Amino acid sequence: MTETEVFIQQVILGLSNGMIIALVALGYTMVYGIVELINFAHGDVFTLGGFLGLTIVGALGAAAIIDPGALGETSNWLLLVGLVIGCGLFCGVLNLSIDTVVYKPLRRAPKLTQLVAAIGVSFILVNVALFWGGVPMDVFSGGAAAAASKDFPEILEGSNLLGEDSNVVLRLEDIAIFAITIPLMIGLTLFVKKTRLGRGMRATAQNPIAARLMGIDTDRVIAATFLIGGFLGGAASVMWSVYNNTISFQMGFRAGMDAFTAAVLGGIGSLPGAMVGGVLIGLIRAMSDQYIETRWTNVVVFSVLVLILVFRPSGLLGLKQREKV
Amino acid sequence: MKAVLPRFAPFSRGQLVVLALLAALPLVAPSYAASGRTIIVFAIMGLGLNIVVGWTGLLNLGIAAFGALGAYAYGILTCEIYPFQFGFWGGLLLAACVGAVAGVLLGAPTLRLRGDYLAIVTLGFGEIVQDALKNLEAITKGTQGINPLPAASLPGVDITSETPVRWFYLYLAILAVVVFLCRNLEFSRLGRQWFAVREDELAARCMAIEPDKAKLKAFATGAALAAVSGALLASVLSSTGEPANYDFQVSILALCIVIVGGIGSITGVLVGAIVMIGLNNIALPAISDAMQQAGIGSTSNVFTSPNNYKYLTFGLALVLMMRVRPDGIVHSRKAVRK
Repeated sequence: MTETEVFIQQVILGLSNGMIIALVALGYTMVYGIVELINFAHGDVFTLGGFLGLTIVGALGAAAIIDPGALGETSNWLLLVGLVIGCGLFCGVLNLSIDTVVYKPLRRAPKLTQLVAAIGVSFILVNVALFWGGVPMDVFSGGAAAAASKDFPEILEGSNLLGEDSNVVLRLEDIAIFAITIPLMIGLTLFVKKTRLGRGMRATAQNPIAARLMGIDTDRVIAATFLIGGFLGGAASVMWSVYNNTISFQMGFRAGMDAFTAAVLGGIGSLPGAMVGGVLIGLIRAMSDQYIETRWTNVVVFSVLVLILVFRPSGLLGLKQREKV
Repeated sequence: MKAVLPRFAPFSRGQLVVLALLAALPLVAPSYAASGRTIIVFAIMGLGLNIVVGWTGLLNLGIAAFGALGAYAYGILTCEIYPFQFGFWGGLLLAACVGAVAGVLLGAPTLRLRGDYLAIVTLGFGEIVQDALKNLEAITKGTQGINPLPAASLPGVDITSETPVRWFYLYLAILAVVVFLCRNLEFSRLGRQWFAVREDELAARCMAIEPDKAKLKAFATGAALAAVSGALLASVLSSTGEPANYDFQVSILALCIVIVGGIGSITGVLVGAIVMIGLNNIALPAISDAMQQAGIGSTSNVFTSPNNYKYLTFGLALVLMMRVRPDGIVHSRKAVRK
């Protein structure tokens, strides 16, 4: 494998992982933009999306698990899209319910109170995921070792699209990630730019009081934000599980950290910022894995974050904001 | 002013009551002395975190990292495989210094960040320290941890792992000293600067307080106390343990202690440590044992093992506290909420 091929391979890996991180980061950045809350539980909503995905696959039967080709190509794609939509809706509704039950009554409380409540929700969801892993289903190995990570079956065929003798590997899964994340991102951008509700979101993000005075139902805007953010997280969790072929009850912590770092890197509150940040984090991780050492990758990612924040405290694409007095 | 600044009494009434309660713990059952040491260790970490979060209003989500640095500093400075061997007290004091320096190193470039950004940077710092300690095997022995480490010592008193009650009372004395220091800090010029910065940075600046300096001092003090707690824990375990023992969960446990007990209140932190560690180290294992004896519990089934309800318990405790009593069990008179 030549130097260039290694580099191209890492770029593919980095882009694929980065697109998934970007989807999760969008959930953080949207919620932060509207209610100025670091939704700490977002990563764990993501985890539960992966668990629902595995449960559905398990319920559909062993055929899909043992032989990835058994369902036939079209039905594989249908299954994947179905999982993305199903888990997305589940996570969206879950995120919305968390907001209604926990965050909404604390909306006027100090920021620290809200953040601590979010951390509490995150811990509860981690425990829910732990229990979910103990459900006696075949895909959870009969529920015997709940805390162990679970294998997520190969849904798309794993062969190399560039031919078996090519050193650079490009799998169907990489294509699937782009085919699903890019339309989602375009859709989100259009939604926020063109629709009435999207305009309400931008107005609420700028100034919630003024938005309310202009007749915008801010409660509805906030609800929509949590719903959409959760949907993107759920969609990302399916892509992540299919791509990495393993899930665990703590995966949301790592993924959430990466995604939040991405959101901050791009400038929190900014949608294009989260997308750019996610892809950047994915690329940095891939390059660090290859050219430094895998075990130092987390250190590299956070050092980059600290450096960027020190020199550009509002992130790469964030607007300069003065602390309100 | 004298009523507001009671500087002559070493402890407040509440602090005395809680310290006395702790002192009575081994009298109830000598076996509680071991858990009692853990309570004290976490109370000290909580007091450190309270300075940063409660008094200065900076959210630190990586306090465990300073505990880890303290433990490893203690390990390297006292373990026989290294050329230093400063002994228990030397190791403890130097660990505090290492913690303070680390606090300054992290704080200096990042304290100007807005609140939430700072929280994430500290969270990231916690992860970095863990990874670095794990990866620098040549110095830290990786996941094995550094051991054996010297037990606590006091001239004229024989303290070994066979005498947990004596060990407990020595730690209690150290805790009393820390409480005394914190109480004095609270009413000092520096303490009042911290409160001013927490309440309104701009107004504090107008009063000729330099917020960045005050924050840095809070960070360093909090980190030093956390490092002391790490060193004390390492001494109890006679090992630094593996770096993963100082993960995000520990930082959250410390935050729970501060928030459940009563943010900003020394007595509150002590109560929080008793409640949270009591729950974690005494109540949950006791329930677990009782269930196993009754034949209903089994460790192989995730639903019937009480240990698996830990996250749920912590999470519910945090959420409920925020909903019902966001100021904690013990209200701080000084904590004025916006």
